[in-house]
Amino acid sequence: MPSDEDEMLREMGLRSVDDLFADIPSAVRIPKLDIPDGLPEDQVVARVTSMLRANRTVVDMPTFLGGGLYDHFVPASVRAVVSRSEFYTSYTPYQPEISQGLLQALWEYQSLICELTGMDAANTSMYDGSTALGEAARMAHRIHGGRIFLVPRGLRHNRRAVLANYILGAGLEVREVDYDRESGMLDLAKLKTAMSPDVCGVYVENPNFFGRFEEQLEEIRDMTTGVLVVGVNPIAQAVVRPPGDFGADIVVGEGQPLGTQMNFGGPLLGIFACRQQHIRKMPGRVIGLTRDAKGHRAFCMTLQTREQHIRREKAMSNICTNESLLAVAAAAYMAVLGSNGLRRVAAENIRRAKELAAAIDKIAGFEAPLFPGAHFNEFVVRRKKGYAAVHRALLEKGIHGGLPLTRQLPELSDAALFATTGRHTPEAVGRLLAALEAFR
Amino acid sequence: MNFGIDTGFYPLGSCTMKFNPKFTEELAALPTVTRIHPDQDESTVQGALRVLYELQDLLARIAGMDAVTLQPAAGAQGEYTGLLLAQAYHRERGEERHQVIIPDTAHGTNPASAGMLGFDLIEIPSKDGRVDLKALEAAAGPKTLALMLTNPNTLGIFEEHVLDIAQIVHDAGGLLYYDGANFNAILGRTSPGKMNFDIVHFNLHKTFTTPHGGGGPGAGPVGVKKPLEPFLPVPVIGLNGRGYHLDYDRPKSIGKVRAWYGNFALLVRAYAYILRMGGDGLKEVSDRAVLNANYIRHRLAGVLDVPFGGLRKHEFVASAAKLAAERGVRTVDLAKRLMDFGYHPPTVYFPHLVEEALMVEPTETETKETLDGFVEALKKIVKEDPDTLHSAPHNTAVARVDEVQAAREPILSWRTLKSPKPPS
Repeated sequence: MPSDEDEMLREMGLRSVDDLFADIPSAVRIPKLDIPDGLPEDQVVARVTSMLRANRTVVDMPTFLGGGLYDHFVPASVRAVVSRSEFYTSYTPYQPEISQGLLQALWEYQSLICELTGMDAANTSMYDGSTALGEAARMAHRIHGGRIFLVPRGLRHNRRAVLANYILGAGLEVREVDYDRESGMLDLAKLKTAMSPDVCGVYVENPNFFGRFEEQLEEIRDMTTGVLVVGVNPIAQAVVRPPGDFGADIVVGEGQPLGTQMNFGGPLLGIFACRQQHIRKMPGRVIGLTRDAKGHRAFCMTLQTREQHIRREKAMSNICTNESLLAVAAAAYMAVLGSNGLRRVAAENIRRAKELAAAIDKIAGFEAPLFPGAHFNEFVVRRKKGYAAVHRALLEKGIHGGLPLTRQLPELSDAALFATTGRHTPEAVGRLLAALEAFR
Repeated sequence: MNFGIDTGFYPLGSCTMKFNPKFTEELAALPTVTRIHPDQDESTVQGALRVLYELQDLLARIAGMDAVTLQPAAGAQGEYTGLLLAQAYHRERGEERHQVIIPDTAHGTNPASAGMLGFDLIEIPSKDGRVDLKALEAAAGPKTLALMLTNPNTLGIFEEHVLDIAQIVHDAGGLLYYDGANFNAILGRTSPGKMNFDIVHFNLHKTFTTPHGGGGPGAGPVGVKKPLEPFLPVPVIGLNGRGYHLDYDRPKSIGKVRAWYGNFALLVRAYAYILRMGGDGLKEVSDRAVLNANYIRHRLAGVLDVPFGGLRKHEFVASAAKLAAERGVRTVDLAKRLMDFGYHPPTVYFPHLVEEALMVEPTETETKETLDGFVEALKKIVKEDPDTLHSAPHNTAVARVDEVQAAREPILSWRTLKSPKPPS
């Protein structure tokens, strides 16, 4: 029996599939790809699985890292939703009539993010929290016109580095506002000094990089003449007043805690939300509510004239492929937990951080939290005699300590950012404390 | 309620909607992928770093490049990164170049990426569906930062004069950027490196079939030739006597475009897919993708026009202009009616130089039976009563959706819907 290929070639009057490549000049042809030939599926699975076994997961090794990504429990129902191949094997819902499932899921994601943040509109995602911040700076400039964007000096360095690349070409300059050495919150006096009519926006995080809740949002709002951009941890939002109540214009954040695993740092979910009056200046894809020709409720992509495929070089952003499936996961996560469940998770993370900090603080030589007050997930631990040796010793005992802050902020070179979530077993915490005891 | 590749034929041009293997999903769900933190000490993530290191190498070989960064999250971010690399390269030579040349068939992300970076855009018109060399010569000069090109282009036509194009740009001191969106057409036949491109982005969610996820996540690694390697984003994954490591000691680096190292869970899938296919299998991928596209085009002769002569690679662009003029049936009507027959429509109204465009990319994972069914459906549809087409689709969960209304009064959340004030 002739193969599909043979039949198709015969119908086209061709002898070989090579005839279809006759337009590739010989000068650019390659004899073959310079990689090994293919392997059967079972061999690939065995090889990759074995290679990955060299990783030590947070299950193998109690790990106290946070700094933007957190090991929260993901309910099986969230995985079940995003494992539906109607979702994960579809593309951007350009054709709404056969994409209502995805469109509604994304619209509900937008709605839930708006409930958490007090904003009116959210897009369906940016690449991660850091690019969401970069896009927010550009949007603040579009709204206000000023060319200075203020950020806290106590900002995770990877966010700061991505921001530096995202403002290029927009005629923007980023300036840092220091944090108060006692409270760990933004230094308001320094913010006042930095403020000028040329400041298009101010970025502040709640909770901030140190895990400390930023309790001065009202004061910061009053001092800001430009656009107020607030960075959030979405789970913490369940128990704090939303930034919308404090006059925020744009809210961004890393959405990974909402139903996505850490995955070694990707894929992640950039949350981006704003007030209704700014929606035409917002980057990224958005879903709107409308009607079909018969008057039934329907959803579709909207405000596309802001986007690259229509507006080309004048687009609000170049983003096309985004992180939609993670937005669906976030919507499923929030729907599964409900507002009570989300509040329980948030409260537990506050309590766990408080308890762990208190336990570490009891060990002579360690100070935790370095900045007093309420924390979420994480807090700074200082050891005056230095932290580097502790970090190494923990690793040798099969425990991964917090993020050393040496590379982040020189004045905290003797400190680390320790994080905990509801997933740490008492045994894991016990092992950490026992290991730290050795350094008293 | 939602159409995916697993539902049916999805010939969405420029998007390479091919089968997403299931074994890569299983690998990506392993705890050794999902439950590792990117700030872990290098000694505890040697498996992950090895996958990244080997993927960098495989991609470089496939594209004929010397070095690869896996950091960018998507094609557009790859473009942004690539243009930053080009700028850093020129600056190192003491040159400020700010003009980016783009053919009028380019994907929208190309001008958008250049625009975001504040570069001046020079769009050159096509001639017979290909880059007009005279127009390119006139555009290229001492201010040329780069030419962004995809080959085959968005019409599915291979730019036969690609070496002349490269020569013109290089003679002007500019760099050649390869938009990898159409890489599925040329695997094992040629490579961006062989075509003298300096920078390339890969769309792993297209060519290397990581699932599109309803619009994302994707992954957009960038490959470069040797002279651009020092500028790659940090960290680069390195290997030394002590094992795999994250190399931040790169003083000329452009810095970072993502918080960590890229969309790792997608990179694992692409790595496993490349091992599975191998050099021989990837060539077969392109062979069949090109065969499928040319076969549909051949069978549609006399049904829809396909402007511009010559072969096509993995996709082709048909036009419903004649149908619109003669019977008042537009591309949008054909697209909506195709849904009633169980097909996802092709990409419509792109590229802009083709009137009433339908851009068809069948990919390699479709059978002749599927392609024949699609052709027969289109043959039937073009003869249907125009009213049936104008009011299509008829068999979907909702009828034609009013997109104009959605944009006129945008309701993007429950909060806005419930708000007493009508949205501004």
